[in-house]
Amino acid sequence: MTLALTEEQTMIRDAAAGWAAERAPTTALRALRKEALAATGHDPALYAEMAEMGWTGVTIPEAEGGFGMGFAAAGLIAEQLGRTLVASPLIGSAVVAGAILVMAGSAEQKAAWLPRIIAGDAVVALALDEGPRHDPTRLAFDARCEGADWVLDGVKRPVFDGTAADAFIVATRTPGGLSLFLCPADGPGVSRAALRQIDSRGAALVTFAGCRLGAEALIGAEGKAAAVLDRALDRGRAVLAAEMLGSAQAAFDATIDYLRTRVQFDKPIGAFQALQHRAAELLAELELTRSAVRAALAAIDAGDADEARLASLAKALAGRTLRKVAQEMVQMHGGIGMTDEHDAGLYLKRAQAADMTWGNAAFHRDRYARLSGF
Amino acid sequence: MSTSAAPDAEAVDDFRREVRAWLGANFPPSLKGHPALLSGHDELHGPPEDHARWKAAIAGKGWGVPTWPVEYGGAGLSDEQADVIAGEMERIGAFQPIMSMGLMMLGPTLLEFGNKEQKRRHLPPIARSEMQWCQGFSEPGAGSDLASLRLRCEDRGDHWLLNGQKIWTSYAHHSDWCFLLARTDTSVKHRGISFLLVDMETPGIDVRPIELINGISHFCEVFFSDVRVPKENLVGEVNGGWTIGKRLLQHERTGLSRLRGAKAHVLDLVPIARRYQETDADGRLADGDLRGRLAEHLMTDHAYRLTLERRRDEGEAGTKPTTPVSTLKNIGAAMGQQRGELAVELVGLNSLGWAGDGYSAEELELTSQWLHSKCYSIYGGSHEIQNNITARHELGLPSD
Repeated sequence: MTLALTEEQTMIRDAAAGWAAERAPTTALRALRKEALAATGHDPALYAEMAEMGWTGVTIPEAEGGFGMGFAAAGLIAEQLGRTLVASPLIGSAVVAGAILVMAGSAEQKAAWLPRIIAGDAVVALALDEGPRHDPTRLAFDARCEGADWVLDGVKRPVFDGTAADAFIVATRTPGGLSLFLCPADGPGVSRAALRQIDSRGAALVTFAGCRLGAEALIGAEGKAAAVLDRALDRGRAVLAAEMLGSAQAAFDATIDYLRTRVQFDKPIGAFQALQHRAAELLAELELTRSAVRAALAAIDAGDADEARLASLAKALAGRTLRKVAQEMVQMHGGIGMTDEHDAGLYLKRAQAADMTWGNAAFHRDRYARLSGF
Repeated sequence: MSTSAAPDAEAVDDFRREVRAWLGANFPPSLKGHPALLSGHDELHGPPEDHARWKAAIAGKGWGVPTWPVEYGGAGLSDEQADVIAGEMERIGAFQPIMSMGLMMLGPTLLEFGNKEQKRRHLPPIARSEMQWCQGFSEPGAGSDLASLRLRCEDRGDHWLLNGQKIWTSYAHHSDWCFLLARTDTSVKHRGISFLLVDMETPGIDVRPIELINGISHFCEVFFSDVRVPKENLVGEVNGGWTIGKRLLQHERTGLSRLRGAKAHVLDLVPIARRYQETDADGRLADGDLRGRLAEHLMTDHAYRLTLERRRDEGEAGTKPTTPVSTLKNIGAAMGQQRGELAVELVGLNSLGWAGDGYSAEELELTSQWLHSKCYSIYGGSHEIQNNITARHELGLPSD
């Protein structure tokens, strides 16, 4: 296990960086605010290109039809996508839903959905959160057993990538504990409404009203899904942290460029020590986050026992750092940074949304403390 | 992911096995987990005879300075091999026993700028830890603005004559020699400075330890009155000392950042928290605010140690380390200071002891460490100076 990049990883990173800069600069994100794409929350044409390059199969083992390149590789791709704030269901569908199906899906569930996830033909979204607080251990949403069927009643919000989803993996409370169900988006009694998020990505409020599913919809054993969900979320958290690191690095780079060129009081504002020192402190944050992200992804690939704690470390630091950098990006740009026309606001809004996704910095600080025994 | 093993990767693996076997046979287990010391006069943990045996073993192997040439007491190894040794020591909780300012700072500087005679004379005793060096850089009027130093150095034909003062000279009272910067031209600032090696036994040198806020200190004031230094003790050119000094400071930053990393394991806050603070039924600290701040610190510290690991991995992989040393020094200092702050807060009123029987030795030590930790962001280039370096040299921001 090494925290330095191998040659192969450097090639993966450079390919992703080139694609993001050329095909999906921040103008692609701005396009999501227009009617045509607002319905999906991502650009399906761009997602098809990502699938064509194999990114949707990077974390899925070869035995399951994926490329089995591991989470460190996925993180490097996500990091480059984060630089230009590329919106896609890559992490939610290919990483998290993919991991749940690989770990606990039945042969039928895998056969029905994994090839489509890998091909980028289908989006599977995790329907987990129910309100303001992310807490997978305390779900209110019940599924009840009626004969051989399960009946789901309740509301999930926000469901990330929910507007574009072809199926949901629904986290519920059942008599035995926490259970996951695989439910097609057009399943009985399922309806959704788009939630318009600050980061322009596609989240939804999904209502299950007497949604009746057969026993084959259950993923793994009834009541035993907590560990699977936890591990899959940690995979998503670590890759998302990598994406956030990329966003933070890009926001930082843009800000440093501005400090070098913007002239006030007859000199570049980057010559002022007050700003230099804040820039230096941000660099330290970025470096710490980069180490935490690499370590979390490497631990997952190595099956390290400490992967949960490292995933929380990476997600918390990425949340803290991206928010800090994005805030400084607005502040150091001054008035222009407050305008919609400038990209600073895009990074700030994404910082907030990404931090809140699958547990914010405070959630993961608490989890880290618990996992450390205090 | 498949990675084909290159021939040199095999050589590294062979070397790693060799290092493991040697460490297994030579590192005294009684010293496991103890910190590297910067000076032979830091407090020893563990049996002194084991320290002596460990030091002799490393010196004999040349592994205290693995990349130095064999003729100067090193082992003539590559950076990669040196990283393997460091990594294997860290893996088993071992430490480098002959760390010193001579080794960390003067050695690499002399290798680059010293003449053959200076290297032959001074490097082997450093590599064997037989000679202690101190650093005469700071002066009362020239701390962070180092180049404004004034210690006068006159050319008296067959010798140099030193007059003036140094301050904050760590371990000067226990040192055999001093490397220092002195002013050889008063008409210019940076280009009027020379780099000298001075025997601390020379008549006219007066060393006075300075008591610090924690009651003890390794810092000294050093006074020079008509001190005669042989001509051959000038390193490099007359008035060319600033370049040499700057390079030496780079070595210092690197060394300090590594030392901090090694010491990061010494003080484990969680057991202290559990001993001094209430916990709830689930074993969590009952004080939620303190718990949150402790977690925040431990997480940042964890990421700091991972950053040191990443730097080492990057070195082993032959890529340029991505985290600047100035950044690393500041993070390390901040971690050490936060640790001290949290320790005294966890210990609460019992941390208010200065001396005497009312407080345990551990409590007194924690309090002393907390006070002492305030110097981490001042010595070796202050926090602010490091940020200046990062801003100008790493981020390319313009100078004022």
